[in-house]
Amino acid sequence: MKLQIDPGRCQGHGRCYDLAPDLFGDDDEGFGKVLGTGVVPDGKQQEARLAAANCPERAIDLLEET
Amino acid sequence: MTVDERFPREFRETREEVEVGTRSPIVTGPVSDWATDFSHMEPEWAADPYPIQDDLRQRCPIAHTDRFGGGWLPTRYEDVAAVAYDTERFTSRSIIMSNFRPPASIAPIGGAPPISSDPPFHHDARKLLLPAFTKTAVAKQEAATRAFCHSLIDGFAGQEIVDAAAEYAQHIPMRVIADMLGFPPEDGPQFAEFVESTLEGINLPPDERIARMGKLFDYLLAQVHDHLDNPREDLTTYLINAELYGQKLEPSHVVGSMVLLLIAGIDTTWSAIGASLWHLARTPADLARLVASPSLLPTAMEEFLRAYAPVTMARLVKEDMSWHGVDMKADDWILLSFPAANRDSAQFEHASDVVIDRAVNRHAAFGLGIHRCVGSHLARMELRVALEVWLERIPSFSLADPAAVKWSTGQIRGPRALPLRIG
Repeated sequence: MKLQIDPGRCQGHGRCYDLAPDLFGDDDEGFGKVLGTGVVPDGKQQEARLAAANCPERAIDLLEET
Repeated sequence: MTVDERFPREFRETREEVEVGTRSPIVTGPVSDWATDFSHMEPEWAADPYPIQDDLRQRCPIAHTDRFGGGWLPTRYEDVAAVAYDTERFTSRSIIMSNFRPPASIAPIGGAPPISSDPPFHHDARKLLLPAFTKTAVAKQEAATRAFCHSLIDGFAGQEIVDAAAEYAQHIPMRVIADMLGFPPEDGPQFAEFVESTLEGINLPPDERIARMGKLFDYLLAQVHDHLDNPREDLTTYLINAELYGQKLEPSHVVGSMVLLLIAGIDTTWSAIGASLWHLARTPADLARLVASPSLLPTAMEEFLRAYAPVTMARLVKEDMSWHGVDMKADDWILLSFPAANRDSAQFEHASDVVIDRAVNRHAAFGLGIHRCVGSHLARMELRVALEVWLERIPSFSLADPAAVKWSTGQIRGPRALPLRIG
């Protein structure tokens, strides 16, 4: 599973870095950013889904690896 | 005395000269039909707007009124979101639905930038403020906020009944914003007056409204002069020195942003804290659960923000158009009810229920799109700390007199009187 934030949609609500601080951080204007490569480590999939499901702007894409 | 030609001592006279625009007749009194005559200024709406919104969502999802010179009220989440995202057809030139439409010449700054600005200027004006309001930046205020909350509760010693709105919720954002802007903390009572004048005074006669707003501008101008003479590390000095496009900000931009931070920073958070305590005071099961499981608070808090979202915004229609089945006219208001969107059952399961462990909660309490509340991280910090301290110190409380609870009127909704039995 891989995470992406669409910078055209993100408005800096910060729900992702509130709910999944191991996967997301903020930049110096408060916009969300994916930490590392965006590949979700084992055991963090639920956290990733929760963050995506709570983004008011629907800016987080979860790419399931095939 | 430091001279800054942007802020002469007679600044107020120059400001009054630009006070032109369109005024519409003041219409008050009982609403005949909420679908065709709505008013967010009537007591029925203030007391409990949710049944009205739920009814409209079913039978007339974009309601109309001739009051305020004409306006529309979308109640479905999808329509509220569509307006919020469409900055081409809906302008933020005025964001308080009233009987006064400011002239087009007020753009792009507007009365309270960047909330009153449209793209592309909006983006640049907003960028000036964002760094001061990140989660990391506002975390620096947390210890002082927590200590202040404790001091307020220390002050309740010996009282069986306290007004949680007037004696607790109100003071927290006032203190935090005064600190950030560098205003004297003892000026709090004046801030309450400014907030009421700006947001609840919209149906006052024009002369009285202008006089009241003049007091706010006089206060802010005095603060600007004080900061010019004594620059310090705060947002007022920051705005005075900030530059956009290689130049210092227009004076109306500096003072307008101060208006925004002062007004929008206070009664919104005051309302959110008060509404959360009101809910817990009348819902003993939720109170017991939160006291037993404090780690649930961040989740519960989002549900309070969804169910009792304090903030409704407004827009003006740019051009005549047919929109989602209704015929809108240029300069019609849109009352942009995030509270109504947050209770749309097409978007939220059990939308009318307050479910404090709701895990998926894509609510719009802080808006959607480019005008996302710039202070949302600050508001969340204040709300969380205010509730944590209250629940730790006062784990048992109830409504002392349900009939004495009084809610604010207008676009910001929260308890203004909230007597709680804490003994």
